[in-house]
Amino acid sequence: MAFSLGVFFWLMAIITVAIFLGRVWWMPELASVHGAAIDQQLILTLAIAGIAFFLAQLGLGYLIWRYRGRGEGRADYWHENPKMEVGWTVATAVVFLGLAIQGNRIWTQYVLAAPPADALTVEVTGQQFAWNVRYAGPDGRFGRTDPRLIRDADANFLGLDPKDPAGNDDIMTQNIMAVPVNRPVRVLLKTKDVTHSFFVPQFRVKQDAVPGLAITTHFTATKTGEYEIACAELCGMQHYKMRGRLLVMTDAEYQAWLKQRASL
Amino acid sequence: MAAHATVIEAPKGFVRKYIFSTDHKVIGIQYLFLAMFSVLVGMTLSVFMRLRLAWPAEKWPALQQLFPEGFAGGPMTPEFYLSMMTMHGTIMVFFVLTTAPLSAFGNYFLPIQIGARDMAFPVLNMLSFWVTLAALLVMMAALFATGGAPIAGWTAYAPLSAIGEVAGPGLGLGQTLWVISIAIFCVASLLTSLNFLATTINLRARGMSLMRMPLTVWAWFTTAILALLAFPVLLAGGILLLLDRVGGTSFFIPGGLVVSDQLIPHQGGSPLLWQHLFWFFGHPEVYIAILPGMGITSHILSTFARKPVFAYKAMVGAIFAIGFISYVVWGHHMFMSGMSPFSSMAFSITTLAVGVPSAIKTFNWLATLWGGKIRFTTPMLFALGFVSLFVTGGITGLLLAQPAIDIFLHDTYFVVAHFHLIMGVAAIFGIFAGIYYWFPKMFGRMMREGPGKVHFWLTLVGVYAIFMPMHFLGIAGAPRRYAELTEFQYLKPLESLQLFITVAAFLTIAGQFIFLFNFFVSLFRGKRAGVNPWESTSLEWIIPSPPPHDNFGETEPVVHHGPYEYSPPGEPKDYIMQTEPARQTA
Repeated sequence: MAFSLGVFFWLMAIITVAIFLGRVWWMPELASVHGAAIDQQLILTLAIAGIAFFLAQLGLGYLIWRYRGRGEGRADYWHENPKMEVGWTVATAVVFLGLAIQGNRIWTQYVLAAPPADALTVEVTGQQFAWNVRYAGPDGRFGRTDPRLIRDADANFLGLDPKDPAGNDDIMTQNIMAVPVNRPVRVLLKTKDVTHSFFVPQFRVKQDAVPGLAITTHFTATKTGEYEIACAELCGMQHYKMRGRLLVMTDAEYQAWLKQRASL
Repeated sequence: MAAHATVIEAPKGFVRKYIFSTDHKVIGIQYLFLAMFSVLVGMTLSVFMRLRLAWPAEKWPALQQLFPEGFAGGPMTPEFYLSMMTMHGTIMVFFVLTTAPLSAFGNYFLPIQIGARDMAFPVLNMLSFWVTLAALLVMMAALFATGGAPIAGWTAYAPLSAIGEVAGPGLGLGQTLWVISIAIFCVASLLTSLNFLATTINLRARGMSLMRMPLTVWAWFTTAILALLAFPVLLAGGILLLLDRVGGTSFFIPGGLVVSDQLIPHQGGSPLLWQHLFWFFGHPEVYIAILPGMGITSHILSTFARKPVFAYKAMVGAIFAIGFISYVVWGHHMFMSGMSPFSSMAFSITTLAVGVPSAIKTFNWLATLWGGKIRFTTPMLFALGFVSLFVTGGITGLLLAQPAIDIFLHDTYFVVAHFHLIMGVAAIFGIFAGIYYWFPKMFGRMMREGPGKVHFWLTLVGVYAIFMPMHFLGIAGAPRRYAELTEFQYLKPLESLQLFITVAAFLTIAGQFIFLFNFFVSLFRGKRAGVNPWESTSLEWIIPSPPPHDNFGETEPVVHHGPYEYSPPGEPKDYIMQTEPARQTA
């Protein structure tokens, strides 16, 4: 029993670490600027956690095998070892605190950095179970909305007020969003009904859309292509289907796309 | 000298003895059976979840007969999946992980281990159980409610949980019953924790100083403090949620919400307020589930390694540190919630800080084994499994404690893997260890070791096969609470993992029937247990198995030793009972 249990902990640790190291399943390929620092911190922490996990399981397996009782002799009799205890307490505290400080550095660099003034602002409004995307149009201003005017049946998903001229040139789409590559994008995140979460895995972007709040998040895409917006907060029965397409284009393509959308 | 006590008459009649009993031991067993019933229900619900996740489009004619609405059209509907998920989480967290380790074992063994003859407030104790049962019955009603069981998850985030049926099936009557059940459960837990605290503080036997209490008692005591302060907050939150649902208030519902073109007639509330109230309870709750398991593991490791627990004082300190810090970490559930990013920084630091006492406990467990003479009994195997799972589940907390990393991992399967391993499976291993260890004392008979070991192996291999792959799902970005992963291109390669997990889950669940069989057969046919079959040192092992109504009879025990005096040099036996008179040593 001692041997097989020891071997199990060893094997389990080795297989787990091998799958992580081999990146058999891994993060989707990165496609945003700020994501590089997040990935770096994730990998650093995963490495530290992995080493601690590996050593602890190996140690456990070894101790189980090494100190198996054979019905003879007595166990050692000691209660403590203050030097060792202080040692591992301090070591753990230093490593954990170090991670906290480094992690918070990356967090503040991303979250507290306001997107530059020339950033493109896109409004994204979640609803059960779709993403409404709105661009301000040539005037750079979003038209006024009023929840009382919302009628999905008439495709007025956001309750745009026709009396506000600023809304005349607003461009609205559902479940499709386009942004130019290499240009900072500010996402103004809202929801019509319950809490949703705007999650673009390749961009390392996730932010809840909270009823009653307008929350900003931001990113700069680095690669053209098509990505997916997932909802990461349980929002009802079709939660798993709440999918948006996110197209990253060259600036020229983007301008053309906007024009084409505006003419619809 | 043993002090004499007045004799307590055992109650007469079946009803007073076994049903409306005020005997802490009977109540402990009642809680244990309540938890065993609940875990069977919770496990069955997970079977449905795993079916849907592995074979989303498959039709199940037999199940369609049973649940025509849940399988409308053939395959399981996504809302049925979500209701299974919601009820699985709720039943497991409240009626299994809170009930078994704290209320069942704590009730039975806390008084005995400190040398008391019952809880401080026996009638209150009886009341706690019956209130808990009422909560369970209401929760079962929610499961079978008209319109379906709730689908808002065990966290019941508002406004999804607050605005009623318009937001989805199961969010009408089912969700209302859910809130009522949770509120009732909070009251019961509050009463239980008061009782535990009063008992520990007031009813210790002579010589049972605080620093001679077994680590199990320390764990229950600390857990009771957590429960005392955590459940009232959830109770308040639950009442507010109920009022939002049925009383027309708007604590959690802001103005201007439109669901399916209907304007919701509420305004002024805050969805984040619910999250704060819920997690102010919810994070200590994680420790309510796991601390007793940590106590049981410490106790059992020392017993079967035949060696004193390493660093008893540090163990007590770590339990208290974990308990205290667990009150200031709740925000790490809300890094992406829209709360201030500065709060996230503070919560990140406190969360990593709580890892330090957790690591201390792990080091101490390993050091307890070091130099031991390990006896591989079934309870010991589960305690060793606990240590392994505690490490595996806990270590991923290093990632999830950092908001920057949470941007990617929050609400993915990585979180599901993390909390299942640590507060689910590790806690369950603690419960199993406790059952195998204390069964002889509770029922006077031994459980069979052979089936116990088979059960251990199937469960250990099984839970790793289930939950390790969920880390891979998470690192690939798979969101949790999805009824299927087929709608997204980037999730397509993960379907094979879901299938693997489902197969592993079914095998593991099958293995649990070995346990049930062993449990019930041993109840009637098991070998008679002596007073102290494991050669343990704590007070429950000086009285008959099962103990009489008043535990210690006419004499009150007097304690002379700490609880972990194993293998002392120069002694005839390799252990000293806590009550053995101290001998003069030169």
